[in-house]
Amino acid sequence: MTTSDLFEETYSAVTVNKVRSGLTMLGIVIGIASVIALVAVGQGSQASIQANINSLGANLLMIMPGATKSFGTTVRSAAGGAETLTPDDADAIASQVQNVAAVAQEASGRYQVIYKANNANTSVMGTTPSYLQVRNLAVDTGSFVSDSDVSNANRVAVIGPTVLQDLFAPSANASATPDMAIGQTIQIKGVQFTVVGVTVAKGGSGFSNQDDMIYVPLSAAQHYLLGSTGYLTEVDVEAASQGAMTQVQDDITTLLLQRHGISDPTQADFSILNQASIVSTASSVTGTFTTLLAAIAAISLLVGGIGIMNMMLTTVTERTREIGLRKAIGAKKGDITLQFLAESVMLTFTGGFIGIVVGWLGAFLISLFTGITTSVSVPYIVLAFFVSAGIGIIFGYYPARRAAGLNPIEALRYE
Amino acid sequence: MKQDIIICRDIKKAYGTGETEVVVLKGITFSIKEGEFVAIMGPSGSGKSTLMHILGALDTPTSGEYFLDGKDVAKLSDEELADIRREKIGFVFQAFNLLPRTSVLRNVALPLVYANMPKAEREKIAEKALDDAAFPKAFWSYHSNQISGGMMQRVAIARSLVNNPALILADEPTGNLDSRTGEVVLHTFQSLNMQQGKTIVLITHEPYVAEHADRIIHIRDGNIVSDEKNAHKRVARNEKDIAI
Repeated sequence: MTTSDLFEETYSAVTVNKVRSGLTMLGIVIGIASVIALVAVGQGSQASIQANINSLGANLLMIMPGATKSFGTTVRSAAGGAETLTPDDADAIASQVQNVAAVAQEASGRYQVIYKANNANTSVMGTTPSYLQVRNLAVDTGSFVSDSDVSNANRVAVIGPTVLQDLFAPSANASATPDMAIGQTIQIKGVQFTVVGVTVAKGGSGFSNQDDMIYVPLSAAQHYLLGSTGYLTEVDVEAASQGAMTQVQDDITTLLLQRHGISDPTQADFSILNQASIVSTASSVTGTFTTLLAAIAAISLLVGGIGIMNMMLTTVTERTREIGLRKAIGAKKGDITLQFLAESVMLTFTGGFIGIVVGWLGAFLISLFTGITTSVSVPYIVLAFFVSAGIGIIFGYYPARRAAGLNPIEALRYE
Repeated sequence: MKQDIIICRDIKKAYGTGETEVVVLKGITFSIKEGEFVAIMGPSGSGKSTLMHILGALDTPTSGEYFLDGKDVAKLSDEELADIRREKIGFVFQAFNLLPRTSVLRNVALPLVYANMPKAEREKIAEKALDDAAFPKAFWSYHSNQISGGMMQRVAIARSLVNNPALILADEPTGNLDSRTGEVVLHTFQSLNMQQGKTIVLITHEPYVAEHADRIIHIRDGNIVSDEKNAHKRVARNEKDIAI
């Protein structure tokens, strides 16, 4: 039997009972489509979480005050709650540790902010100009805190788009433009600051919302807001490269332990968050999530495969006489096996193809209506193709062998 | 002198073993020459169906020898039997056994599909076979389930001709037909036999049908009871205008 004959026979056999073939195929369509769509959701989430983490800044190390663990207890004091990091520590990191691209000092608190009749409770961060580079932030309109602002403790403020909207929107439904804010005076904790810039919108990220924040010079924050304790709430360090992050982290740990006079690393009064390790943790979480989704979808694929087997067994029974005839006129076992395998593979392959299209469409609709980022990946499509063909072979094999094994005499007599 | 197409020597067939053993054929010996038209007759249970299965290479005897066109078929494997059927035997069944929802032409060409013959060549041979079986050209593209029983059996006869078999084996070919269409089918066999010299073995339980052959072999209880030339051969009427 040549390939084109096989295809012709298969096509006519599958199209004889269109409704049944269609319904059986539907099982595979749903299975493949849900695998494609759910994996797209999983991978989309993974990509968007990674993008969020990366938007915090490139090659970022976040140093926070506070003991990682107190000896003898299991209670961990809150990171940032202790007063152990000083601007001198930050300067020492910048000057003594190799492969450091930039260091930003931060001291922040939450305060009530007032502009005319509007007020908001938001984070106010005293920082240095290098914050822009370290945290991958950009100014939309105006300018950021400058070096002279820091040295002169100028009362200037750079606000995030959420703050802009909260304070400067003319009414609840209207949106505020940066021009409305630049040059205006706002009160933070009763102290007047002049707005000099508005940052670009970055969207919420896992740890802090950079859109809902006010940036002021570090010195001004310490002088007017924090009560001049001289301690920092966070030091952000940008390593020169991804590969240098571990070395930079180790060197900073050593340096700070030495500066703080601590000999036992487990007693450290600061902690360092490594962005790369956050990304890999998040990736493994979303990876598990994606696998879980794919596994659930695979169950429906399995059910679809059983549907194929069921239909093929029915077909073999219905066509017993035909099989007997084919054998009587010289078809070999291999010919019969191939014919029935081809039928189930054609069903699953067509189902798989439709499933990919439907899954793709589904992923598109999911992101359209729910806003969840989806990403349909080509390797999964290729995989889906092979899986659907494989299902055809696996679930078609038993019925095909059964057909091929029929005794022609009994098959011809079958009523 | 014509060659022997079929030589059967002491063919025995038993089913089951030990105490449950049932001997269906108890030693059948006969031969059929090329171009003969032979009817094998017997009541049901006589073993004629079993004999037909062995002659048709659908089954092998428990013991004995069976030569078909010079080839020893008695001890072949299933796959080798399939080759024999494809190359040397044309079957005509009582129930026609055509593929439904498939054109007449495609039905006739089906055996050649398994011989890996290209489609164009296949259809040419199938068309000639349909002509030989006196099947009207107007219905070639009809589906096999759209034509009458007599027509269907002629399609089946055409199908049995396409592989140019050494032997055409017809199992109760008129059993599902009324006497008038049965007559047409018998006429087709007779003209194939007389004009083209085809060797035909017809299995039937009806004396009237058997009388269309040149020679009649009677079987009873697994033995041949008589094997003689048909002294008063009937000639089937050829009715051209059978209702479709």
